[in-house]
Formats: sequence, structure tokens, C-alpha cells
Amino acid sequence: MNFKLTWNIAVALLLAHLRQTIVAATGVTFSITMFIALLSFMGGLNKLLDGLVINRTPHIRLYNEIAAARHQPVDLTNAYRHSYNFVSSVKPQNKRLGIYNSKAIMEAIALDPRVQGLSPLITAQIFYNTGQVNITGLINGIDPNMENELFLFGDYIIAGKFIDLKNTPNSIILGKGIAKKMIVHLGDIIHVTPANGNQVPLKVVGIYQSGLEEIDNKQSYTSIATTQKLLDESNNYITDIQVKLKNITEAPKIAAYYRQVFNIDAMDIQTANSQFDTGSFIRSLISYTVGVTLLIVAGFGIYNILNMMIYEKLDSIAILKATGFSGKDVSRIFSTIALGIGIFGGLAGLILGFILSVIINHIPFNTTALPTIKTYPIDFNIGFYFIAGLFSFLTTYFAGYFPSKKASKVDPVIIIRGK
Amino acid sequence: MDSIILEALNISKTFYEPKAVKVLRDVNFSLNKGEFASIMGKSGCGKSTLLYILSTMDTDYEGDLRIDHISMKQKNEPELAYVRNEKIGFVFQFHYLLNEFSVLQNVMLPGLRLGKYSAEETEHRAFEKLKVLGIETEAKKKPNQLSGGQKQRVAIARALINDPLIIMADEPTGNLDKKNTEIVFNIFNELITNYQQTILVVTHDSEFARKTQRIIEMEDGTIIN
Repeated sequence: MNFKLTWNIAVALLLAHLRQTIVAATGVTFSITMFIALLSFMGGLNKLLDGLVINRTPHIRLYNEIAAARHQPVDLTNAYRHSYNFVSSVKPQNKRLGIYNSKAIMEAIALDPRVQGLSPLITAQIFYNTGQVNITGLINGIDPNMENELFLFGDYIIAGKFIDLKNTPNSIILGKGIAKKMIVHLGDIIHVTPANGNQVPLKVVGIYQSGLEEIDNKQSYTSIATTQKLLDESNNYITDIQVKLKNITEAPKIAAYYRQVFNIDAMDIQTANSQFDTGSFIRSLISYTVGVTLLIVAGFGIYNILNMMIYEKLDSIAILKATGFSGKDVSRIFSTIALGIGIFGGLAGLILGFILSVIINHIPFNTTALPTIKTYPIDFNIGFYFIAGLFSFLTTYFAGYFPSKKASKVDPVIIIRGK
Repeated sequence: MDSIILEALNISKTFYEPKAVKVLRDVNFSLNKGEFASIMGKSGCGKSTLLYILSTMDTDYEGDLRIDHISMKQKNEPELAYVRNEKIGFVFQFHYLLNEFSVLQNVMLPGLRLGKYSAEETEHRAFEKLKVLGIETEAKKKPNQLSGGQKQRVAIARALINDPLIIMADEPTGNLDKKNTEIVFNIFNELITNYQQTILVVTHDSEFARKTQRIIEMEDGTIIN
């Protein structure tokens, strides 16, 4: 039987039951709309939360770890070289934190085609001195431009300008929490004491808020040069090289490569932050489950309405069969009805889902923890629309399958004799 | 005009619910082209059951049925549907028109299913059939806007759309008044004389049956005359 005839009969039956059809289609539309909105919202939230970490975390961090020497002297003696040696009370090596030959390493990494960019970093423990109180903290010496380029540093400055770190000598950008504790504002001078004991005055040129309170209560930023001065170190002293890759998934592989080539410790982001992947995965799983449940409920709606329609249309089915429509033809008509409801309801749902996502994306969302976020985050991922479309197709197909099967089995003799 | 188009060979049927009752016993008869035959009998004598077997809708029987010299026993459901579509036209006591479609579309449906002619041609042919039955003015109406007699005529037009070998009618006048009964009979008669149509009617209206060319009388599941 040609498709046009099937379609015409299906449409005629649908129009004859317009109200039920609309109710069934609305069920699908509603579930698809919610499915899209839910996943887009959850996706946006995942991206935001991951971004909190990923924006701030280099894909690979090169540094010198304080650790025991990998090869103890006993391993090198001829007598015990091939033995398995146990050494108790091993102490960490007295290794300096600065990276050897940092300039050459940075140049080599910058030429690596897999690397998007890199940024040097000096980290050091300091005390913030305020009145009689010394507060422990962490100072990061950075190159403001490179840091902004790779880690969107400027996005997290809530007062002042990040570039002033470069333009003003002996300047500092304080974490929001520590600035509040010390009761200082832009332009104030604060004193910090690094491990060597020299107290240094620094001018506050900015306030920084990462959204992670623990960081904001401790961390502050100065330029590389200021930090080097602070620590009495030479101008090639750097403790970390932060590398951002073009493809984040390559991080563990490239980290291993750098570890070997530069004879240095290299930490990749996957190892450092494995828990974030897990969190995102669970959140996605929950939203998919809710979305699919909605669709299945809509599927039952279609199932119900088709069953009712078949019951009401027994006469029509009987005469169609008597005049030469086979069971398969009849089943195809009702499958077409189900799919018609699914496709039109689904399409409307996709459009409404997109609109709802746009609306959510415009709802103001201000939280002190997330200074860069002004509205609810939405992930406009075309993949969600594909999945929703596919699911609406599948659920309506299966919802229509059993009623169609039933319709194809209607025995015209029983119906016609019954009259 | 002596070619056999419908042949029943030893057809028997038993109903098993609620208990085994043999409703048809070794029914043998044949129908020639252009014949206007009626099956008569009391209610419960198995005449409708026989008709549904002859129409290929009921496949649960013993014996053999040949339509146009082809055995129906071996055919599967879609093949039988095709036979009904192409070779058999039905008229029932109840009209069974689809209210979702116009009168014209109702007539067209089996034609579109057969797909022998294009949609435009089928529409034209359907209109011609309505004209033959004198209800072409109602073509655009919905079936529920028609009177009972008109509906039955539309049903006859629908039965004719694929130029079937045979028209089978089950109490076609059972729901009609005297005037409409006459109209239906005259239509059948006209089809016989003008178009050499073969018609098999099941009826218990003896007056109607008497006017047909051949009366097959049934009693207790067998043909007695």
C-alpha cells in the first residue's frame, strides 16, 4: 500500500479525534520540552562547575615535587644493584623548588604544536601582616597577560584591573576573603612577610574572587618580578610552568612525555581533578533518567489514546479489511498515527525546549561565589536535541506498536456479524 | 456465459465455542459469471457463515474454495486481502461507511488500495459509479448526512469500484424500507443486465429472493435446493 493512502487515512482518523490527538501530542511536547530544558540547564551547570576548576587549573603543571630521591645510593652500588633494597626512614631530598633551566623548558614547550599556551608561576608561602596579627597565605607570582589569556584571570577580578599588576611596581591583587579580613581597599598598602623574614610593603591594585572560598581566604597575586624580589631570588626563578593544551584529553600522555624529557614532575588535570568528572557524570545521569521517564509517561498517553481510537474504530477497521486492506496495512495506519503524534509533538517540544532554554538563560542569577555569572547557565548542545528527537520517535513507535498489532488482528467477520 | 467463477467444494465448518456445533456440512455449489443468485434460509442455518467463508474473510473451514479457478486454501492473509480487494465487492446489512471521509472518498478507498489506476482516475471512476447509482450529487457530503437508502447505494458503489468478479451481499436490504429495497434490487438487476455482473445475495427476504435468477435454499448447514 502506498504511503500517501496510509497517510491520508491516518490523518483523517487523527482529525476525527482532534482533541485526543492534541492531548496526546501535548504530552509528548511537554516531555520533550522538559527533557531539553532540563538537560541544557544541567549541562550548563556542569560546564560552569567544571569551568570553576578547569579555568583555574592548567592541563599540565610542571614543578619540582618535594620527595625522596627515586634512586637511593644503595641502588647504585655494584653489590646491591640487582637486589630489592629496603631503606627505612628515607627523608625527602633537599631539592630547590625553582625549576632548573626554566627559560629553555618554556621555550621548548611553547614550540610544541599540541600546546595552546603556557604561563609561568611562582608559588610561595607568606604571612599577611595586619596590626598584631599574621595571617598565613599563599602568594602567586604570575605574568598577568599570560594568566589572563589562558585562565581568564581578568574575569575573576571584582575590583581594580588585573593589568595594574604589571603597570604598578610592588603591587598585589588580594583574594576577597583575605582583603575582608585585613579590612583593606584598593590603593591601600599592606605588608607581607615571606619565609625569609623580610617584611615588604605592597600596594593593593585589585580584589580577586574565585568562587572557592578557601582560595579567596588565602591566595593573592603579584607579578613574577615582584615575587622574585620578595623571595630574594634571581630573575629566572620559577616554581611552576602551567601548560594549556589544545586537546585536554591528551594531558596524561603529554604530561608523561614532559616528565621524561625535562626530568621534572608533571601533573595532568585528569589525575588532579578526577572527582569533577564523576560529579558531572552523576548529574547528567540523573537528568537523563528524569527526561526519559517523562517520555515514557508520554508514551503511555499515546498508547491509551490509540487503544481507545481502535476500540471506537472497530467498524472502520473491519470494513477496511473486508474491502482488501491486509492486517499489515491496518497496522501501518495506526503506527503512522502514533508516529505522527510523536513527530509533531516532538518537533513542537524541540522548539519549545529551545525557547524555554533561552528564557532560563536570561533569568538573572547572581551569586557572590560566581562573579562572572549573571544569568542561569545553559548548554545549547545540539546533541540534546538529537537525543530528545530520537527518544520521542522510539517511545511513540513502541507506544503505537502494540495497539497497531491489536488493530491488525481485528477479525472483520466478528465485527460485521455482531451488527 | 457458462464460466464458473466461484466454487465451493465440500465446505464444512464447526463452531467450537461454547460447544462443538457443525454449522456447515459439505456444502457444494458453484456460481457462473453473470448469475444473480440468492442464498435463502432461516436464521441460524449457516447462510451468513457460508458467505463469510466464500468471501475469504473466514479461513477456518474444511474443504476448498475456488475463486476464478484459483484455490483460496493455500493463500495467506495479505494474499486473501488482495483477492478481496481485486475480485470481490461487499455490501453488508449495515453500510460501514467511514464518517471521516466524504462519500466520494469512501468509494475511492478500495480503488486506491488496489492502485490499478492513478488517484485522479480512481476519483473519476468513483464518480462514474455514483452516477450509475444516481447519487452523484451527494459525492462531496459526509456519509452521516445521507439517508439510509443513499448510504446503502454508496456502499454498493464502493463494492463496484474495482470492477469485481463478484458482488457478495449480506442482507443488503435488511435495514431498508420497501421503497429502498426496491431501489437496491433494481440496481442489482441493472448491474446483471447491463454489466453482466455476478451477484450473490444472502437474504431471508423471500420476496427479494424470488426475484433473483437462482435461489439456493439452506437448512441446517446444507443446501437443500
